[in-house]
Order: sequence, then C-alpha cells, then structure tokens
Amino acid sequence: MPDAFLVALAGGICIGLASVFLMIMLGRIAGISGIVFSAAKTPVENFWSVMFTVGLVLGAFLFHLGSGSPIPDFDVPMPLLLAGGFIVGLGTKLGSGCTSGHGICGIGLLSVRSIIATCTFMLFGFITVYIRLHGGAS
Amino acid sequence: MKLFMGLLCGALFGFGLALSGMTDISKVIGFLDLFGNWDPTLAFVMGGGILVSLPFFQFGLGKIKAPLFTDVFRLPTKTDIDGRLIGGAVLFGIGWGLVGLCPGPAIASLAYLNIDILYFGLAMLAGMFVADFVDGFLDKKS
Repeated sequence: MPDAFLVALAGGICIGLASVFLMIMLGRIAGISGIVFSAAKTPVENFWSVMFTVGLVLGAFLFHLGSGSPIPDFDVPMPLLLAGGFIVGLGTKLGSGCTSGHGICGIGLLSVRSIIATCTFMLFGFITVYIRLHGGAS
Repeated sequence: MKLFMGLLCGALFGFGLALSGMTDISKVIGFLDLFGNWDPTLAFVMGGGILVSLPFFQFGLGKIKAPLFTDVFRLPTKTDIDGRLIGGAVLFGIGWGLVGLCPGPAIASLAYLNIDILYFGLAMLAGMFVADFVDGFLDKKS
C-alpha cells in the first residue's frame, strides 16, 4: 500500500479512536457539526463541547508543530467560501450530521439513516465537484 | 475531568484530521472528483475511522454500563428517513463539493490562522442557526 494511503488510514484510526473515547468518557456521539453547534448555542450548559472544539484546533496545531508538515494552501474565492460554508451549516443541521456523525459513528452503529445520509452527501459532493471541474462552460 | 476529556478527544480528533489530509482542500476535492481524476486516498480516512468505530459500537459498547464521566450514553434515537435527512445531506454534499471543507476540518484548520477559514466557519454557523430556527418553526407548526 502506498505511504499516502497508510497516512490517511492512520489519521482515520485516530478519528475513530477519538470517537470511541468520547463515547466511553462522556457518552456522546462524535458528530462535529452537532458539537460545534451546541458549543455556539449553549456554551455554558455544554461546556465540554466548547472544550472539544478548542481541542480540534489544538490537535491540528500540534500535528503541524510536531511533524513539520506544511500548512495546506487554502485559496477559495470569497463568494464561494461564504456560500459553501452556509450550505454546509444548513445541510448538516437539517440532516442531523456530517462526515463524522453519520459517516463514522452512524455507520459504526449500522444506522440506516446514517448510511443513507452518507451515501447522499458523498454522491452530491461528487456531482458538485464534477460540475465545477468538468462541467462545460469553464 | 469531564472537560479535560472533551479537550483530549477533540485534540485527538483534530490531530487525526490534520494527519489524514482532510484539512487539505486540494486533497478533498481530488477525492470528491470521482467522475474525473479521482484520488482515492481519503477513502482510507473514513475506512480507518469505521475500522475502529464499527467493532466498538457493535460489540464493545454493550459491555459497558455507563460512560466514565457522565450518567448515560446518549445514542441517536431517530430512525425515520425523511425529507430533512435527505435534503440536509444533499445540501451538505453540495457545500462540501463547493469548497472542500466539512465541519470537522473547517474547525481544525482554524489552527492555520487563515482569516478565510474563519469566514467559512462563521458562514457555517450562520447556516446552522438558520436551520435550527426553521426546524423550531416547523416543529411548532406540526
């Protein structure tokens, strides 16, 4: 297996372990969209979710600090950036989850809802990228 | 202790996101380019996550009575496949394809101190609050 695949697999295992630990320690599903929303809406009642959100940033920081791995480029036109962010927020809240909650925990629970949601957002991610990169006019 | 565990789980999660390449939007777009020049690398991220979560949720969780630092396991209870689930997933997929960030990496990559990523995060929160408001409105009506 190429190294890049192993690195991605190792990262995925860290994410899976973090999800399992969160359930064992705090009894919560590691659904990032839900956690971030509760950190923003009810920070006092759900202060653990604020800590988790801070942890996400800290963990990424520590990875780059420790590995010296370069910070990835991020160059997205502002209208696309804002529209994309808004739609991601809208969609994950309406659909009760994102890549982590549905994709990793929900599939782990063999939840039919999560399996259907995951297939749906992946498919629409594929279609959107296809249209953006290969769709006619541009 | 509960708060420290929250921080620790978040940090391991964020570390995994950065290590895996999920915070690199060019890699994410490459992965989502299934019908073009597909880069399968990031499929291993979800694969690795499920490799851990599936055995735990199917076989491990039932053997534990309660979480260590709270009273009960809070597991999802909804089972209905409805318009909100499907419509939400469609919207999320489109937004993910437009920029290449899903919520976890969007927050984790705030560590890169790029103001644009903060704007993405704020737009995402705005979307969540709008959906929450609409949800509450619909619930009241029904």
